[in-house]
Amino acid sequence: MNKLKFAFYWGASCGGCEIAVLDINEKILEVITLADIVFWPVAMDVKYKEVEAMADNSIDVCFFNGAVRTDEQEHMAKLLRKKAKTLVAFGSCACDGCVIGLGNLWDKETIFERAYIETPSTKNPNAVYPKTSITTKEGKLTLPRFYDTVKTLGQTVDVDYFLSGCPPPVPLILQAVEAISKNELPPKGSILMPSKSVCDECPREKKDKKLDKLKRIYELQDDQESCFWDQGVICMGPATRAGCEAQCPKVNMPCTGCDGPSPGVVDQGAAIISALASIATNDEVINQAVDPIGTFYKYSLANSILRRRVIKK
Amino acid sequence: MTEFEPVIIGLTCNWCAYAGADLAGTSKIQYPPNIRIIRVMCTGRIEPEFIFDAFRMGADGVLIGGCHLGDCHYQEGNYKTALRVSITREVLKSLGIEPERVRLEWISASEGKKFSETVKSFIEEIRRLGPNPLKGAPEA
Repeated sequence: MNKLKFAFYWGASCGGCEIAVLDINEKILEVITLADIVFWPVAMDVKYKEVEAMADNSIDVCFFNGAVRTDEQEHMAKLLRKKAKTLVAFGSCACDGCVIGLGNLWDKETIFERAYIETPSTKNPNAVYPKTSITTKEGKLTLPRFYDTVKTLGQTVDVDYFLSGCPPPVPLILQAVEAISKNELPPKGSILMPSKSVCDECPREKKDKKLDKLKRIYELQDDQESCFWDQGVICMGPATRAGCEAQCPKVNMPCTGCDGPSPGVVDQGAAIISALASIATNDEVINQAVDPIGTFYKYSLANSILRRRVIKK
Repeated sequence: MTEFEPVIIGLTCNWCAYAGADLAGTSKIQYPPNIRIIRVMCTGRIEPEFIFDAFRMGADGVLIGGCHLGDCHYQEGNYKTALRVSITREVLKSLGIEPERVRLEWISASEGKKFSETVKSFIEEIRRLGPNPLKGAPEA
């Protein structure tokens, strides 16, 4: 049997998804028996022009992690879409925008202002901002163009499969690789994760209590057994897809929602605020929710219905 | 330049506000045609997603009409809606959309007049606020 060809790429991401690939430990040796890795910027020196020279559809599967926030990332997303038969949005950034997507609360101008002028550790008296190109005596230097809005991979190109998580859970990565090797992938557009919510995998007991006060985690004396909601703490579990085996609630941290919207949900934040309003007893409870976007849309703002904050100029 | 004509999505419950709108019609009480009414069985059916969708699709305002508190056909649907609307407004505010673009009113089946007055005053308020800020906002 001919070996498969895999590619890995990172867009706007933290690099955690790359670590998740290595977290499959010795199984990586099986992956290497199964497939040749033809492109993986974090681990191999393969230039973009070498990818450009590859024949279309010559890569069997490309795992793309990271969101799309610069023109370089958009170019690579489009290029890899052309070169790969199967494109997998790998991790929360590629699927839903993740924490990177919270950049959509600002735009290029305000982000640059903050990063290159205002931050206390920055000394930039001449207010120099990154430019996309500059000519020096050694030649022309270029940087990618920074967009106002973070997009998900699915908003940029046609995506075949989604595997979310921050980073994707190791068992699901192995399951996906196995499905690829046996040629048993589900229909195009599928999410390679269980069709249930985090609550289904969570061992904590739910008693459906009404809420008259919200607590923040530091205020909580966790009994380690009952549902976080019953204890007055916001947990994204009900609005979040399963697959992680509720690893955060199991170690006494409420779910923050990294696996993306639960099945049937389009807008993860909308789903959880709807749930919160259903069990809250009064308006006060709702006002106690600190940082609504950062809590309810921590991983999914870029893939939500409204996608970003409107900034009036 | 033509005057800005707001597009309002009305989400009204089957038992009260929708019947109120019906009464306004049969009583020949007039109100401007800017509102597009969608009937739901209960305002408790209205998910924040519906409101976000309305704005994404270009609505300038969303008017939610339900039974008076205590009168809900399903007992507590409108209480849930009241809280849902207030938190949805918070999220909208954080995303740069004026929370006043979502209005919640309790209108009973006998209040055809109130329905028409509410629609009129809401249209005026949206006129003051101007078009939905998502219109013409750059995509990327």
